[in-house]
Formats: sequence, C-alpha cells, structure tokens
Amino acid sequence: MWTDFPLFPEQASSFALKVDGIYFATVLLSVFFAALVSVLVIIFAIKYRRKSPDEIPRQIAGHIGLEIFWTAIPLVLALGMFVWSTVLYFHITTPPANTLEMYVVGKQWMWKLQHPEGKREINELHVPLGQPVRLTMTSEDVLHSFYIPAFRVKKDVVPGRYTSLWFEATKIGSYHLFCAEYCGTEHSRMIGKVHVMEPQDYQNWLTGGVANEPMEVAGERLFEQYACHTCHKVDGKGRGPSLVGLYGKSVGLEGGGSAVVNEAYIRESILNPAVKLVAGYKPIMPTFKGQISEEGVMQLIAYVKSLKAPELTSVE
Amino acid sequence: MAADHVDHHEHHPHGLAHQFEDMAQQKESVLLGMWSFLITEVLFFSGYFLTYLVYRTQYPVAFAEGSHELDITMGAFNTVVLILSSLTMAMAVHKSHEGSKNGTLGYLIATFILGGVFLCVKYVEYSAKFEHGLVPGLAWHPHGEHSPQLALFFSLYFGMTGMHALHMIIGAGLLIWLLVKTAKGTYTAEYNAPIEVFGLYWHFVDIVWIFLFPLLYLLGRH
Amino acid sequence: MAIAEQDGNASGYAAPETNYINNGYGLKSWLLTKDHKRIAVLYMISISIFFAVGGLFAGLIRLELLTPQGDFSHSDTYNKLFTMHGVVMIFFFLVPSIPATLGNFLVPIMIGAKDLAFPRINLLSWYVYIIGGTLGVIGILAGGVDTGWTFYTPYSSTYSNSNVLIVAFAGFLAGFSSILTGLNFIVTIHTMRAPGMTWFRLPLFIWAHYATSIIMLLGTPVIAITLVLMMLERAFGFGFFDPRLGGDPVLFQHLFWFYSHPAVYIMILPSMGVMSEMIACISRKRVFGYEFVAFSSVAIAILGFLVWGHHMFLSSQSTYAGMVFSVITFLVAVPSAIKTFNWTATMYKGSIVYNTPMYYVMGYLGLFLVGGLTGLFLSNMGLDIHLHDTYFIVAHFHYIMVGGQVMGYLGGMHFWWPKISGKMYPEALGKASAVLVFLGFNLTFFPQFVLGYMGMPRRYHSYPDEFQILNVASTGGASVLALGYLLPGIYLIWSIFKGANAPQNPWGAKGLEWEVADTPPTTFNFESTPVVTEEAYQYGPIEEH
Repeated sequence: MWTDFPLFPEQASSFALKVDGIYFATVLLSVFFAALVSVLVIIFAIKYRRKSPDEIPRQIAGHIGLEIFWTAIPLVLALGMFVWSTVLYFHITTPPANTLEMYVVGKQWMWKLQHPEGKREINELHVPLGQPVRLTMTSEDVLHSFYIPAFRVKKDVVPGRYTSLWFEATKIGSYHLFCAEYCGTEHSRMIGKVHVMEPQDYQNWLTGGVANEPMEVAGERLFEQYACHTCHKVDGKGRGPSLVGLYGKSVGLEGGGSAVVNEAYIRESILNPAVKLVAGYKPIMPTFKGQISEEGVMQLIAYVKSLKAPELTSVE
Repeated sequence: MAADHVDHHEHHPHGLAHQFEDMAQQKESVLLGMWSFLITEVLFFSGYFLTYLVYRTQYPVAFAEGSHELDITMGAFNTVVLILSSLTMAMAVHKSHEGSKNGTLGYLIATFILGGVFLCVKYVEYSAKFEHGLVPGLAWHPHGEHSPQLALFFSLYFGMTGMHALHMIIGAGLLIWLLVKTAKGTYTAEYNAPIEVFGLYWHFVDIVWIFLFPLLYLLGRH
Repeated sequence: MAIAEQDGNASGYAAPETNYINNGYGLKSWLLTKDHKRIAVLYMISISIFFAVGGLFAGLIRLELLTPQGDFSHSDTYNKLFTMHGVVMIFFFLVPSIPATLGNFLVPIMIGAKDLAFPRINLLSWYVYIIGGTLGVIGILAGGVDTGWTFYTPYSSTYSNSNVLIVAFAGFLAGFSSILTGLNFIVTIHTMRAPGMTWFRLPLFIWAHYATSIIMLLGTPVIAITLVLMMLERAFGFGFFDPRLGGDPVLFQHLFWFYSHPAVYIMILPSMGVMSEMIACISRKRVFGYEFVAFSSVAIAILGFLVWGHHMFLSSQSTYAGMVFSVITFLVAVPSAIKTFNWTATMYKGSIVYNTPMYYVMGYLGLFLVGGLTGLFLSNMGLDIHLHDTYFIVAHFHYIMVGGQVMGYLGGMHFWWPKISGKMYPEALGKASAVLVFLGFNLTFFPQFVLGYMGMPRRYHSYPDEFQILNVASTGGASVLALGYLLPGIYLIWSIFKGANAPQNPWGAKGLEWEVADTPPTTFNFESTPVVTEEAYQYGPIEEH
C-alpha cells in the first residue's frame, strides 16, 4: 500500500540517514513547543473563560525571571541546532579525495551528463554503488538546480560559473532527478532518473553500447583543433605557460596575487583569458567565448587534469 | 484611558496644516519626513554603489580603461557647478528665514540655472558617448579585449548618472513650483519649511554626485 | 445575532450626527479625500479586489495540480498563474494589507492625532498603488508574466518572452507606495503623539507598525533599484546580471533578498501588533511583558536585514557566509518565541471571552506556531539542502504570510469593524468563518510539508504520480479555505446595510480608539486633543512581580 502512497522519501545515499536524523530531531522539538503552547492556550481559554460581563482579572505586568527563562531556552536550543546543522552541512559539501568525477551541463530543459570515460547521457545518470561521485556543473542559459531527493542533495547550477556536489549511493535502484530552480516553460519536464548499479554492472554499462571517446581524449582533440598546443607547449617555451602538471597548483598572476588552477580558473582562462593572466606572459590569448561549448570546456579541463607531470621530475 | 482634554485655541497661523497642533510640530514633522525620505534614497543608490563595487573588484583593468574614456574636464566642471548650486540653495534657505522674498527668489533662480547648466553639460557628455559607440545596448562598438567588462562599466555609468540626472530633473521641477509660490508670497519668516526641506533634497542630490565623480571619473586614472 | 452577549451595552450610546463616513458624499469626496480613515477604506476596497484576483489564480493553480499530468492548462499558462499569484498577493495584497488599511485607520487615532503627518502623501501613496495595480492588471491582460515573483536573472532579463517590464514596473510602483506609507507612519509616531502618550504607553499595534515602517523605509528602495537594474538589462542590454554580458546572476539574488527577506517581516509584524491588541482585549488584561513584546518587534525588524543569504545556501555563496546567515536566522526564533510566550502568559488568569476575535486569535496562534517552527528546518543548512525549492518552503511561507498575516488581517477587520463601519457583524457567522479558515488552511498547506520532504519541487506544472494523493488533499483544503475567505466578504458587506448599530466600545476594550473616539470616528478623530494619563491596556491596577 505504501508504494502507492509514500509519505517519506527513500534513503539511498550516505547522507540520507544523517539528514533524516536532524529532520526528526527538529520535528520532535517543534512538536514539543507547538504542543506546549497549544495545550497552555487551550487550558487557559477554558479555565479562565469570562464568568461575568464585568469581571476584571488581576493585572500582571510581567515577570523578568520568566522573560529571561524563555529567551534563554530558545537561544540555547537555536545555537545548538545551528552547530549540529553546520557540522552536517560541512560533511555534505566536502567531498572525499577519491571521488569519481562526472560533468553536468544544464540547459532549457534537459540535463546533459558525461562520464570521464566518455559515456554521455541525457536526463539519466548511472552511478556505481558505494563509490563517492562528484559532479561539476554549469548551465548554458538560465539558473537550474540539480536535485536528487533520495540522496538528499541539491545544488544550484549557475551559468557562468562551476558549482559542484558529491554523494555516495548506498542502495540499488532508480531515483528521481529534478530541476529545482524554476527555469521557464518546461521546468517541470527537466527531470530524469539516477540509476544506482553494482560497481561491476556499472563497468559493464560504461563499456557497453556505443563506444565514446574518453573526455580527456576529446579534450586533447579540441586542444589541437583550436591550436592551443602552438602556444601552450609541453616544454614551457611557448608563448603561453605549459599546462603539464599545472592542475591543482597555485600560479602567480600578472599584477600581483595568485590563483589556484582549478576547474573554475581553467574555464575563466579559456573564456576570459585576460582577466587573470599568469605572471610573465603577455595578454595575447584570444577569447574562446561563444566558440567552445560548455561541454567542450569541460573536456578541455579533463584533458588539462590528465596532463600529469612526468614521473622523472618526482624522482629524488 | 484619557481623563481630560486640552482645549483648542482657535487661532490658526498662516501655513499651519490642520493635522498639526502648532508650527513647531509641523516643522519637526516635515524635516523628519525629508530625512526619512533621504535615508530611503541612500539605500536606493546603494544598490548601484554595491553593484559598482562588486564589478570594480572583479574587473579593475576594464574599469580603469572606462574611466579614461570619460571626459574629466566636463566632470570636474559639473562638480563645481553643483557645489555652487548647493551654496545658492543654502543662501535661498537663509534668505527665506530672514523673510526676504526677493533674496529667496534670486537665489532660487540661481540654483535653477546652475542645475540647468549641469544637465546641459551632461547632455553634451552623453551625446559624445553615443558618437563614440560607448552606450551598451544602444550604440556599442566593441572596444578591445575587455569589451564585455567595459560595457559593464558604461552600463553602470549610464545607470548611475542617469538616475542622478533624473533626480536633478525632478528637483528642477520642484524648484519651479517653489519659485511660483515664493513669487506669490506664500513663504514668510515663520512659514518656510518647504524651501528648507527642498534644500535638504538638493544637497543630497549634490552629495550623490560628489561620490559619483571620483568613482566613475577619477579612480584608476593615472 | 449574538451581539447582546457582548460586554459593551449596545444601547445608550449616542453616536455623533456627522462622522467620517457621512461627512461629504459623492465619488469626489472620497477620491480627493485627505482623511486617513477614508484612505484606509479606499485601500480596503482595492486590496480586497487584488486578494480576490490573487485567490482566483491560486484556485487555478490548485486545479492544475489535482492531476499529475499537467493536463488542465499549458505549462506556460501554469507558469504565468503562479507568477501572477505571487506578484499580486505579495506586492498588491500582503505588503499593504494591514499597514495600509488597519494601520492607516488606527495609527493616528491610537496615538491621539487628528491625522497622519502628511495626509496628501498618504493619498498619493494610494494613487501610486492604484497606478501600479492598473499596470499590473494591464500586464496580466496583455499575456501575463512567467518569471516567478522573484524575477530571477538571467531568466527574467534575457530569456523570458512575457511582459516582464510592465509587471516589474508595477511592482516598483507598489514598493514606492509602501515607502510613502512607512515614511508617514514613522514621522507620525515620532512627532504627533498626544500629550502623555509616551513611547512605553503606545499600544503594541503602534510598535509593530513602527518596526514595519523601518523595514519599508530601508528595504523597499533596494528592491526598487534591483528591479530598475533588471529592467535596464532587459530593455537596453546593460549586462548587470547576465553572465554572457559579464554580469553575475547571483548578485541579483543578493540585492533582491536584501529587500525581500525583510519584506517577509513586513508581511508578519503588523499581524503581531493586531494579535497583541486582540489578546489584551479578549483576556481583558495587560499584555504580559509589554516591553519585551515591543522590543521583539524591533529586534525582528533589525535581524530581518541580516538574514537574506539564507535564500541562497545553494546558490554558490561561500560556506562561511552561509554560516553567518544561518546562525542569525536561528536567532530570529528568539524574538518570535518571546512574543508567543508572552501572548500565552497574557491569557493566564485572564477573563477570556469567546467571540470572533478570540477565535481568530486562537487560529493565528496555531498557524503561527507551525509557520515559525518550520522556519527552524530552513535556517538549518544541512536540512535546507534537501528542503530548498521544494513544497516544504511553499508550505512554510504560506503558514507565515497567509496563516499569520491574513489571519491577523481578518481577525483585525472583525475586531475593529464596529469602529470602522459603525455596524456589528453577525457573531455566529464570524466564528464559523474563523473555524473554516483554520481548518481549510491546515488541510491545504499541511500536506505540502510532507510533499516537500518527499522531494516535490515547487513551481512544477506536472509531477510524478506518487505525489498525487497529497496534492488532491491540498486542493480539497483550498476549496474549504476559499469558502472561509468568501464568507466574511459577504456578511461584512451585509452588515453595512443591515447590521445593528455599534456602540462606542463594543468589546469593553482599552485604547483611545475605543474609549475616546466616536463610532464611527469623526473626521478629525477627537473633539479636542486627548491627554493620556495611564499605561496601555490598563484594565485594572497593575501588579508588579
């Protein structure tokens, strides 16, 4: 019966239990206070109902002790809830080190997803069980929001910047994927399914069907197609800095300051190269805004990430 | 609750509105009203200033470039004109306190003229921007590698100075109304709150420009 | 009906020949009036019309959601329905509801003044409101707007194909009108109090309106400029918020919520003032902890300006900013709790009468409790990740703004109706309407909490099948609720023509508006300026603890 009329979402990620825990604690707290006030009000209304039309009750101005009491209790409870919720929030927003990277582009009105191995999906996402997955997301047009209720995760997808979320699925099955930020006409059709599979099934699924080239390979092809390699030479002697082993490092900027080479920085450097120029280089790189799609940018990022520094340099 | 009542004395001073007890209460109310209004104005402009701040920190180079495109001579000239108009406005308030109708009238006219000069110069500046293709959305010819950020600077320039100019135009309209009333002899040494309150508004508009001028014309200029 | 059971004796009161209603006839005497009471009546009529329009949209939304397929209207139509429901209800009903009607009518009388400080500006505010409303209606008739009442960029500034400009400008004008109202209240409360009416003798209704006016003065101009920026971007392609033009869409959200979160308190604080007045009267007791209730209003107004970022926990604002907004939001619970506990304590050992205002007070307390406590779920960052942009939010803010403000508005209308109209309404129907609204409201919105936790996103035209049963319950509740709202509309108008004449003080209440002003009040409220010699709500000698 409850399959037709569920009153509670499924718990299919490592967050679900924790979020539900704080939810039920808050429900209990709310029920307690609602009941307390309601019962008091009802008792007072009955016990002190007006007995004669000209009855004048004893006037009580107030009670400072009581005021302090019912100021302090909500204050302490509120601060306690704040600490609990913030700890949980940090947990939900801090991905572990070994995540599977996947890429999401939202557009009116569909989700385009890509696995690093190259497999592309639309409005569907296959993920392995028990493996942390991190999504890097952006939008081609308006605001969207990526929401999987069964995982208790949601994050706005904002045009012009990258946002990310992570989760670890804990239960095999198919779950709703919603767009939660209103995005126009077919907002309510911008929905899909997330399929949680056994890791082995996931591997089979990845390799089955039409073979796609891995994202870094596609990125490398774009790198050559747009002639990036003519300036960003591997040996660092080109007109642009070498990109080998650059990902995750901090670079000094022209005009002072520094920037960490992360997804957002690479994206900005492709689309607005002059804004954060690496120190020692001239602002000669043209913008690729409007020429490379958001997915193309993500493939380039995957390629830059794959450019690990040669083993030689790490040998002592 | 109320035990007794204060009896009304049936003399009605010139210019006292029916809802007030006496001139002092009326003046206090009118001044507090204008100050409250100016607080909302500060918050109104603060939206622009915040937006400016955000994008200036994000795109310092383009914003410096934008400052260079503005005509600093005209901007400086207009700053002087506005400060002068604040002076004449203050004198008008002073004269109205003295009950000098002609003095008030003269200084109000001077204020009006200076306001007009400011708007004319602004018009010349705006036309030049149209000619040079520096008006985002309406007449924009891409300018170099910072073009989108430069467009943002000019969007803010037109948004901020345009809103300021609109306040000047409204002020000029109110000035005409005050001029007519003054000429008719409505205001006396006892009743001159409208002039005083308008003075506050005029000074406020002036102060906004005092902030706009360095932000738009001077910052980032070498 | 059951008027005789009231305490004030219905007979023996000789109302003055001329009052504000019959002092001048004809349309012109109303449309050019500078009397705050007549302007309040003009506002009452206009906001009732907008409430009906907004309610009609709500009804159509609920009809659409009866089935999961989205088969009642096209998705564009549905998007326009919920947008216009929001725009009309927020800008043209909820924000002006209590301040522009009850506030306009009562603020001068309660403090012993002849009128507001600026009667002409008061009338101007109504005209600005009407022009804004007319533009809004034109926008609706010309095809409507589909951005959501939040006008989020870049959808509103670039992608939407609907009448964004005209409707946003209508909202801008409505905001301007509320600035004028707030300014008038602030000045009036500061400078026009009668002799002896010190700050701590002011009725709590005045304190609530003072706090509301602060928000109107400080918050509204920011939404005005935000809408201007958005309109400039849409009209001329100025790239303030569109990332393709170099702008930042999240900046719009910051600016928007800097107003719109405090505005939520514009939509609840006045009703708290109404409740304080009504609870004191029905218990015939001084409000417990007067100073704490008064200052909690101001505290809510101030805190309200520091919590806007809790609408953006998921919009890529920094985690640490989110933490600050979260903790301050939790703090808002404290003044709200202080109010609730003090109201409860006011009833303790009171002399509680069972009349329509009392029914509304009880209903308000119930709904406000749920609305306030569910705020704890949303200030909670860990939980908000799941609940954000779901029906949980929809339910929460309806509990506050409809359960709170509309309940307060209706309760206040019943409470002061004898003073405003000079007539008594049918008591039994009044109680019935309060019960209907309470039950209908809970049936409509409680299921939405469950839907929200299950993950149903808001603003969905179609939805997965498993959400249907709760949606049907919600739609069913909405029809009960509609009946509950329709009923007072009918019998209050009926009472104008057929109701018994009201005595000066039908409830035996304290306050200048009941004890000194006539029923209905005369044009200048008082024959001569009253002198106040005692505290507010002094039903008997006050004992200190």
